[in-house]
Amino acid sequence: MDKQKQQEYQKMVERASPNSPIFADCLRAFLVGGIICTIGQCIMNFCLSMGADMENASTYTSVILVVAASILTGLGWYGKLGKFAGAGSIVPITGFSNSVTSPAVEFKKEGYVLGVGAKIFLIAGPVILYGVISSMLVGIVYYFVR
Amino acid sequence: MDYIKAFVVGGIICVIGQILIDKTKLTSARILVLFVVLGCILGGLGIYQPLVDFAGAGASVPLPGFGNLLAKGVKQEIDQSGALGILTGGFKASAAGISAAIVSAFIMSLIFDPKEK
Amino acid sequence: MAVHIGKQSVKFDLCAVVTATASTVGTKEGEGPLKEYFDVVLKDNLAGKDSWEKAESEIARQNISLAIKKAGLKNEDVDYIITGDLLNQCCGSTFGIRDMGIPYFGVFGACSTMGEAMALGALLVDGGGAKRVVAAASSHFCSAEKQFRFPLELGTQRPQTATWTVTGDGAAVLERKGKGPKITGITTGKIVDMGITDGNNMGAAMAPAAADLIERHLKDFGVAPDYYDVIATGDLGYVGRSLVCEMLEQKGITLGDRYIDCGIEIFDRETQDTHSGGSGCACSAVTFAGMLYSKLKSGEINRLLFIPTGALMSPTSLGQGESIAGIAHGVVIENVR
Repeated sequence: MDKQKQQEYQKMVERASPNSPIFADCLRAFLVGGIICTIGQCIMNFCLSMGADMENASTYTSVILVVAASILTGLGWYGKLGKFAGAGSIVPITGFSNSVTSPAVEFKKEGYVLGVGAKIFLIAGPVILYGVISSMLVGIVYYFVR
Repeated sequence: MDYIKAFVVGGIICVIGQILIDKTKLTSARILVLFVVLGCILGGLGIYQPLVDFAGAGASVPLPGFGNLLAKGVKQEIDQSGALGILTGGFKASAAGISAAIVSAFIMSLIFDPKEK
Repeated sequence: MAVHIGKQSVKFDLCAVVTATASTVGTKEGEGPLKEYFDVVLKDNLAGKDSWEKAESEIARQNISLAIKKAGLKNEDVDYIITGDLLNQCCGSTFGIRDMGIPYFGVFGACSTMGEAMALGALLVDGGGAKRVVAAASSHFCSAEKQFRFPLELGTQRPQTATWTVTGDGAAVLERKGKGPKITGITTGKIVDMGITDGNNMGAAMAPAAADLIERHLKDFGVAPDYYDVIATGDLGYVGRSLVCEMLEQKGITLGDRYIDCGIEIFDRETQDTHSGGSGCACSAVTFAGMLYSKLKSGEINRLLFIPTGALMSPTSLGQGESIAGIAHGVVIENVR
């Protein structure tokens, strides 16, 4: 009885709740995501032209984008970009950087050890944890089948 | 030409993320985790690297590219130092990105105060 | 003496008089449609402090002092302060009033806190336990986001169903004697949980509690909705308001245009990008202390059913998969001779 009531209400809520404007959201995500990747390509081509090999050029690109996004987060601009671009600024590596810098700045008032130090991994922690675990799983499989 | 490829492929990967956010109500933290793990698995299967070769930064800058890097690193380490590579490869490959992110975040926390939206 | 009527209501005999109110709001609220009704609009949402939490306490301190001053009283004339907020352990309120030297009841009703504070204040005054009580509630957008969601600078989009926490503090002075509209009755809500788990759709989580309370209130007092000039819920927003109307229609109760929601009134969703509306303890508190009280004083409203609504949850409970429970408290404020 109660379960049924809840399900009925859930349906009512779905009818009453406006959806996100998915087409416009996707268009903005596409544009901003594309632009960030294009900037990445510019940096990569520049590094290659300076004589870096492919792997190092790619690493330099990540580092430069990460630092740039971190500064923009500190200045309070990346959050505004995120509101506009949604996944367009979350999915590139700059979004990862934003997710590290934003809690670091937000929680500095609680001190540098348990404020900044602990909260810096609020979102990055899970990313690193599951990234490393999945890389280990890949490694185990690769070790036996290579 | 490589700029156009980077733009289009990078854009499409972001659109996939946007559809997930709008349709499934996943938080951005979950999107980050999901994309890195997916990239790592696709990288492990050898599916992602061709995309990186094709689109350059368009595939390496989005987070699946970061996952792919982890998978690539593990494989390289295993080839060089055997089973120990399973433990060291992921961290080694991602060290530059993670160090850059946390050190610059720390410096930002020294410089800036929290701001309103 | 007050009498308990029906199932959940009290009808007062010696009705507490709302002799003064004060409202202090943040910058965004000060740009909204209700701006002219607020006593103080902050120029800086940090209120001169160095953290959002300290700012919230400072806003509460300034606003409660202002309410006491507007009633022509001094701190020592006030028997009790009843106030609360959304921060852990009610720190927003406690640090705000710690230097006032006034006996304090800290209350938590999530965003329904103003209703709870006013109801308890009216009970105290009517029962002879106090001559003068200040009822108040506060919230701050930035401290609430930080505690309940993500850091402010994290680049995310808010869904269309999300609401915007109001920055501010609303306070009302309730006295046994004096001039002003009176609190003639209360209906205390029970927790209603319809299993909503989406933290970005609080209006939907609270709407069943509000609908239940309105139905109960009308039954307990034996009145029809048209007895009231205005029925105002706290912070249901556009989504929640439409759900309340739909649920009550199913029970044959039509509220019509007299039913407003403070969360809809306080922001202009077209220009202020607030999506479903305002929320937080301060949403209903400042709308009452500002617009609704001012209209009661002018006689534009003579009978008000004020229903602050709250979503009972914490980041821990949400993380553990608990649903968001709703609560609503009804307070009747009337101009009576």
